[in-house]
Amino acid sequence: MNRRRFLQAGAAAAAALSATSCRRSQGRWRFFTDAQGRTLAALCDQIVPPDAYPGAAQAGAVEFIDRQLMRHYRKHRAAYRRGLAETDQLSIGTFGHDFASLTFAQQTEVVRVLEGQRRTFFDLVLSHTMQSFYGSPRHGGNRDAVSWRMLGVPEPPVRGRSQFDGAGKRPT
Amino acid sequence: MKKVNAVVIGAGAGGGVVAKELSTGGLSVVLLERGRWQNANDDRKDDLRNQRTTVLGNAFGPDDDGNPRVVVDLGGSEHVVAPSEGWYSNNAACVGGGTLSWGAQAWRFMRQDFRMRSTYGAPEGSTLEDWPISYDDLEPFYEKAEWEIGVSGNDDGNPFKAPRRRPLPMPALPPNREYEILMPAAKRLGLHPFDIPMARNSVPYNGRGPCMRCRWCVGFACEVDAKNGTQNTVIPTALATGNCELHTGCMTKEIILDDRGRATGVSYFDARGHLQTQPADFVVVSCAAIESARLLLNSKSRLHPRGLGNRYDNVGRNLQGHTYTGAVGAFDFEAYDDVGPGAGIAISDFNHGNPGLRGGAMLANEFIRLPIHVTGMLPPGTPRWGAAHKDAMRHYYKRTMVIMGPTQEMPMAESRVQVDPKVRDRWGIPVARLSGDRHPHTLEVGRAMCDKAAMWLKEAGAVRTWPMLPGRGFSGGQHQAGTCRMGDDAKSSVVNRHCQVHDVDNVFVVDGGVHVTNGGFNPALTIMTIGYYASAGILRMWRGTGLRS
Repeated sequence: MNRRRFLQAGAAAAAALSATSCRRSQGRWRFFTDAQGRTLAALCDQIVPPDAYPGAAQAGAVEFIDRQLMRHYRKHRAAYRRGLAETDQLSIGTFGHDFASLTFAQQTEVVRVLEGQRRTFFDLVLSHTMQSFYGSPRHGGNRDAVSWRMLGVPEPPVRGRSQFDGAGKRPT
Repeated sequence: MKKVNAVVIGAGAGGGVVAKELSTGGLSVVLLERGRWQNANDDRKDDLRNQRTTVLGNAFGPDDDGNPRVVVDLGGSEHVVAPSEGWYSNNAACVGGGTLSWGAQAWRFMRQDFRMRSTYGAPEGSTLEDWPISYDDLEPFYEKAEWEIGVSGNDDGNPFKAPRRRPLPMPALPPNREYEILMPAAKRLGLHPFDIPMARNSVPYNGRGPCMRCRWCVGFACEVDAKNGTQNTVIPTALATGNCELHTGCMTKEIILDDRGRATGVSYFDARGHLQTQPADFVVVSCAAIESARLLLNSKSRLHPRGLGNRYDNVGRNLQGHTYTGAVGAFDFEAYDDVGPGAGIAISDFNHGNPGLRGGAMLANEFIRLPIHVTGMLPPGTPRWGAAHKDAMRHYYKRTMVIMGPTQEMPMAESRVQVDPKVRDRWGIPVARLSGDRHPHTLEVGRAMCDKAAMWLKEAGAVRTWPMLPGRGFSGGQHQAGTCRMGDDAKSSVVNRHCQVHDVDNVFVVDGGVHVTNGGFNPALTIMTIGYYASAGILRMWRGTGLRS
């Protein structure tokens, strides 16, 4: 590679890099589009709805799933893309709006259909939402250890230790 | 590479003990471990990534990348599975093996557990058999294991136990709330409850402090190093002799045999992926039942074309573990007090002597359940999601107790480890292929244990109980055993009563693989005990020069 081609290649790479970082900085998520994120948040809130305590979405369920789709759950990416699209299609077909725009009761109806007809996808979201809400805050869900406080599980989880127990404050 | 007396493959419950016994006996030892030396700071008390819950991966090895196995399901379909997936049947890959992150129940088997066929007769379709050695052969080594590894507890209240000469070295931990509720209930039923023997310091022992009673116990490395495994007992002792070298990150490829059919050492991939040869006078295989069988089957040579010790097609057969069964009980008061490790009280009333049944299980209260575990343990009929599920979590989390136990399994020749003809791991070594099922009688015994557990919970005040029923498919997992059966007859077993491969006298197997049957108890103390027992035999042979080449 001569010097000129080297510089050209470098410029192209820099352009590609800045394009990527631009796109990243616009969206909130690593994997999901904003629209997918909204659909998933509503779906997670159906699974663990808000009451006196936050629901799954407020506790960070989408953050948890989004993060893991870049890591351990890479293999589930296609299932999420397709499943979320189908959720919105089903909502539009039934109620004329995408899933996130429906009332809570309408969403519940859609989820019942999903549970029956798209069982594999629904079970995936169900287990991941449970993991996010009841699992360790360090993965982005269970924000401020909300589920542990709800259940009355004392904090800090390990007595005499603060190194890693910041309820998600320590970025991973 | 310099020749040593012994190369020991696997630094877990069996291999750690053997490395210590041989090196303190003056032999030079290389201990190969494919995993790393980990501690509590590495696993970070992650309830989604630990030895029990692996949804985000394995905390104690092996990694999901490059370590597949092939699993054949009951319908005959093949699946390539990763270590964090359930059917992989993983134990662990790190220094200490399973004993770094275990619950640390340290049980002796009972007399009958070594004589299952004589006691009950084998059910049709089962290879149920007696061990060639008895409880009395192992008793002194059980004692040695209890005192060197460090076990707390008190089994004075257990009239069913086999006799012991010495008590346990440490008293039991003080009871938690579940214990206080379950103890009088068991007595009212005429049962015989007692303190579980645990490889956990209740008082300072071996230079380390006692348990601090946290909830992050089973499935995690101990924060204060109060839980005892080979990684903080016998392996440091072995290294301190100066006779033992521990090599981590080393994956053994095969045992090398010469033209006369004797082992000359092993070849392994070191931590940088370079293939190395370690010559040795003899080889000890302690990789746990599945990987030990895989290594023997992968060690092919002119005189052992079907794998080392596999002349009669016995290597890998009789794969077993434990069929965990029991019951969950819901109470109208809080039984949860956040005092770990949680498990503390057991009964041995139903290990044997159940009318019409062969064997049984020790039943104990379960370790502390983390919230994520309870999401799937709510009463049958609870909605799986929505407000009702969240309400149920709030209601039941502190108001349930679990009684369960490891039902002794009826071994089957068809439940087995083979090596897969196609799939290879990251080093290019053919991987384990697992197939088989559980014997119907195992399921019958398991269901009976569910009823016993429910009875105890109801007597303790449970307003409702629901069973944890036995599952189908081959068994294995952390309690994996049976694949390198010990026996006097070379045609129906893999190793002799000295854990020595029948037709290769300088290769030994020392792990759960040699268990003929696996008892109705957690097997790790028995594996350690066999480590001491086999080492004594190896040292005797060594002094008689039978092993020098």
